Amino acid sequence: MLDFPLWKRIVVWTIVLAGLLTALPNAFYGRVERHNDAVASIAQTGVETPELAADRAGWPEWLPAGLVNLGLDLRGGAHLLAEVRVADVYADRMDALWPELRDLLRQERATVGTIRRVASDPAELRVQISQPEGMARAVELARTLATPVVSLTGVGQTDLEVRGEGDTLVVGLGEAERAATDDRTMQQSVEIVRRRVDEVGTREPTIQRQGDDRILIQVPGIGSAAELKALIGTTARLTFHPVVSRTSDGSTLPGAGNMLLPSAEEPGVFYVLEQSPVVSGEQLTDARPDFDQNGRPAVSFRFNPTGARAFGDYTAANIGQLFAIVLDDEVISAPQIQSHIPGGSGIITGNFTVEESTNLAVLLRAGALPAEMIFLEERTIGPELGADSIEAGRVAAIVGFVAVIVLMIASYGLFGLFATFALIVNMLLILGVMSVIGATLTLPGIAGLVLTMGMAVDANVLIFERIREELKRGRGPARAIDLGFDRALSAIIDGNLTTFITGLILFFLGSGPVRGFAVTLVIGLATSVFSAIWVTRMLIVIWLGRARPKQLTV
Amino acid sequence: MAFRLKLVPEDTSIDFFRAQKITFGLSAVLSVLSLVLVLVMGMNWGIDFQGGTTIRTESSQPVDVGAYRQAVSTVAEGDIVITEVFDPSFGADRHVAMIRLQALPGQEAVSPETITAVEAALQQIDPSITFPSVESVGPKVSGELIWQAVIAVLVATAAIAFYIWLRFEWQFAVGAAVSLVHDVVLTLGIFALFQIKFDLSIIAALLTIVGYSINDTVVVFDRLRENLIKYKTTPLRDLMNLSVNETLSRTVMTSGTTLIALIALLVFGGDVIRGFVFAMTWGVVVGTYSSVYVAKNVVLWLGVKRDWSKPGDTPAGTQFAAKGS
Repeated sequence: MLDFPLWKRIVVWTIVLAGLLTALPNAFYGRVERHNDAVASIAQTGVETPELAADRAGWPEWLPAGLVNLGLDLRGGAHLLAEVRVADVYADRMDALWPELRDLLRQERATVGTIRRVASDPAELRVQISQPEGMARAVELARTLATPVVSLTGVGQTDLEVRGEGDTLVVGLGEAERAATDDRTMQQSVEIVRRRVDEVGTREPTIQRQGDDRILIQVPGIGSAAELKALIGTTARLTFHPVVSRTSDGSTLPGAGNMLLPSAEEPGVFYVLEQSPVVSGEQLTDARPDFDQNGRPAVSFRFNPTGARAFGDYTAANIGQLFAIVLDDEVISAPQIQSHIPGGSGIITGNFTVEESTNLAVLLRAGALPAEMIFLEERTIGPELGADSIEAGRVAAIVGFVAVIVLMIASYGLFGLFATFALIVNMLLILGVMSVIGATLTLPGIAGLVLTMGMAVDANVLIFERIREELKRGRGPARAIDLGFDRALSAIIDGNLTTFITGLILFFLGSGPVRGFAVTLVIGLATSVFSAIWVTRMLIVIWLGRARPKQLTV
Repeated sequence: MAFRLKLVPEDTSIDFFRAQKITFGLSAVLSVLSLVLVLVMGMNWGIDFQGGTTIRTESSQPVDVGAYRQAVSTVAEGDIVITEVFDPSFGADRHVAMIRLQALPGQEAVSPETITAVEAALQQIDPSITFPSVESVGPKVSGELIWQAVIAVLVATAAIAFYIWLRFEWQFAVGAAVSLVHDVVLTLGIFALFQIKFDLSIIAALLTIVGYSINDTVVVFDRLRENLIKYKTTPLRDLMNLSVNETLSRTVMTSGTTLIALIALLVFGGDVIRGFVFAMTWGVVVGTYSSVYVAKNVVLWLGVKRDWSKPGDTPAGTQFAAKGS
C-alpha cells in the first residue's frame, strides 16, 4: 500500500528546507558577495573599517553564504591558455653545466687534448676534443658530473646522458631527468603565475595546470586578455652582466662566452656582454617602485646576502667599468660603476612610466618564470556582455518555467500542481548544491538549467501516465498511484542513468563553459529524480490521506 | 470529470510500421544528404575548431559591413568574415557585429598587435564602437579540440550502447546506437545547410541530444521489454506498435515541455547561445522522431530472442543480456 513513513517525510522536508536555505543567498547576490568579501578582508587584514562592518552586517551570519560562482562568460574577465616551453630549462641546465665540464676536461688535457664547445640543439652540450682516442676518458669524466635521479620511474638512473660520437662528446638530460625537470618547471611556473596574479588582487582567479605543459588562467574582472598577458607573460628574468664592449653593429660576433644584446632604450645600440651573470633576479629579496634623483620613475631592489656579497665584490673590483642590467634579453641600462656598492641594494633607472615601474617591481618580486610561455588561447569577455547574458537567461528561465507549469497543470490538474511544486524544489536544490560545492555557472549552464526544467518533469509525466493507465484498468485510486510509481521506476532509472553517462563524459572531456553545462546537467538529473519521485509522492500521499477520493482523475 | 488537456487522444492504435519504408527511407536519405552537405558545403567552424579570432562589436551606429571590412582589411591579413547580429532584445540603437579573423599559418594565435590595430581602425570609422568580447584560439589547440569533441561523441554513444546492452539485449543496443548516430548526423547536416557557426558549445548540445534521444528510446524499450514478457506469442511488430502507442502520450508530453523551455531560450536567451539552443531544439525534434521511427525498426530487423523468460515470469528490469547474447 501507499505508505510514506514519518522518517521519510522528515528526510524529504529537511532536504527541501536545506535546498531553500542554500539557494537563498543567490537571490541577494550582490549583498552576499559584499558580505563574503568583507568577512574575508577582515579575517585577512584584521582591520575592521565601518564600511566593511556595514557590508558584513548586510547578510546575517547564521544564514548560509555560499554563492554559485559565475563563469567568465557571465561575469566578464580574461581567459588564457598558456603553453610553457619546458625545454627552455634544458638549455639553461646545459649552459650551467658547461663551465664545470670545461674545468674538468682541462685538467685532463694530456688525454683529451684541447676542447671546444660546438653549436648544437640547445638541449644538448656538444664538446669537440682534439684527441678522439681520449673519448673514453672524457665520457668517464663527464659521467662523474651526473647525479642520481630521485623519482618514482627513474630509479637507478642518473640525470645526465653522456655519449661519444667520433670526436664529439655529447651530454644531454636523461629521460627520467627530463620528466622530473618538466614537472618542476610546471610547478614553478604555476606558482609564479599565481603570485603575479595575486599581487594585483583580483577576485577568485583560476590558475590550473592542464596536461603536461599547459596552464589555464582565468581572471574575472580584469579588463582584457592583453592586460593579463602583460602581467604574467613576461619572463622577467633580471641579470647583471659585465660589459665587454658597446657597438652599433647588430651583426658583431660576440666571441666565445659572450653574447650580444640590444639596448632597450637606445635603438640601434648593442652591448657585448659576458654570458654568465654576476648576480641574477633569483637573489632579489625585494623590489619596489621608486624614483631616481631626477624624479623619474625607477625600481629599487635589494639582494639577499649571497647576492649582496657577489654584487659588492664585483663592484669593488671593477670600478670604472660598465655594468649591464639585463631584463629578458634586453639591456635596460648599463651604468658605470662609480664606487664599491656594499649592502646589496640598488636602483634600476630607465625610460619607465610610473605604471611600468610598478609592474616591473611586481614581476621582480614574484620571481622570474623558469621558461617562456606561449599563449594558445586568449579570450576577453566584457562585463556588460555577461550581464546581458544573465538577464536574457533570467527572462528565458521565467518564461520557460511558466509555460511548462501551465502545460503540466492543464494536462494533469492537481497532479500537475504537485509536479510544479516538485519542479520548484528541483530548481532550489540545483542552485543549493551548486552553491555548496562552489560550482561555476556558465552561459551554457543557464541553458542547461532551463533545459532541465523541461526534462525534469519527464519523470512525473511517466508516473502520471502510468497512473492513468492503471486507473483505466479499473484500479482504485490508491492502488493505481502505487502501481504507477512502481512501474514507471525502471524507465525513469534507465533514462536518467543514460543521460547521466553523457553528462559525465561531457564533464571529463569538455572544458570551460561546456564543463559548466555538464555540471548543471548532472546535478539537475540527481535532484530531479529526487524531487519527481520523493517530493511528488509525498505530496500525493498527504493529499490522498486528507481527501480520500473515491474516484481519481489524473 | 475535470478538464484535461490531451495532446494525444486516449488509446491510440497507430500502426507505426505501415509507412516504415517511407519513414525509414526518409531517415536514410536525410542522413546521407546530411553527410553529403557536410562534405560539400563544409561546416562553418568556429574559432574553437579552426583557430583565429572573433571580435564582437557593439555600437549605437548601424553596422556598415563594407566599411568595417575595408577598415579591418587594411591592418589584418587573411580571410575576414563580418556578420551582423540581430536579436529581438536589442533596442533600435544597439548594433552588434561579429568579426572573424583567420589564424595565419605558423602563428599560435592572432597577435595582440593585430587585434589592437583592428580595434583602432574600427574606432576610426565609428567612435562609439565597443568590443564586449575578443576571443582568440591558436590552431594547435583547435586541432586538439576537434579530436576531443569527436572522441566525446563516440565514447558517449559507445557507453550508452554498452549500458543498454547490459540492461536489455544487444539488438536494443544496436538500435539505440543507430538512432543516436542518425540524430547526430542530421544535426550536423542542418548546421552545414544553414552554415550556422559550429563551436565547442555545439558539441555539448550534440551530447545533450544524445542524452535526450536515448532517454526517449529507453522509455519505449522499457515498455517493450515489459510487453515481451506479458504477451509471449504476439508478433514482435504488434508488440512494438502497442508499446509505442502506450507511451505516445508521455513522449509527446515530455517533448512538449522540453520544446517549450527550449523555445523560450531560443527567443529570449540572447544571441550568444542561439546556435547552442537551436542545436538542442532541432535535436529534441529529431530525437523524438528517431526513437519512434528508427530505433525500434532496427530492433525489428535484428529480431529479438523470445524465450528469455523460460521458467515462469521474471519481473521486468532484471533481464541481463549476458545470457541472451
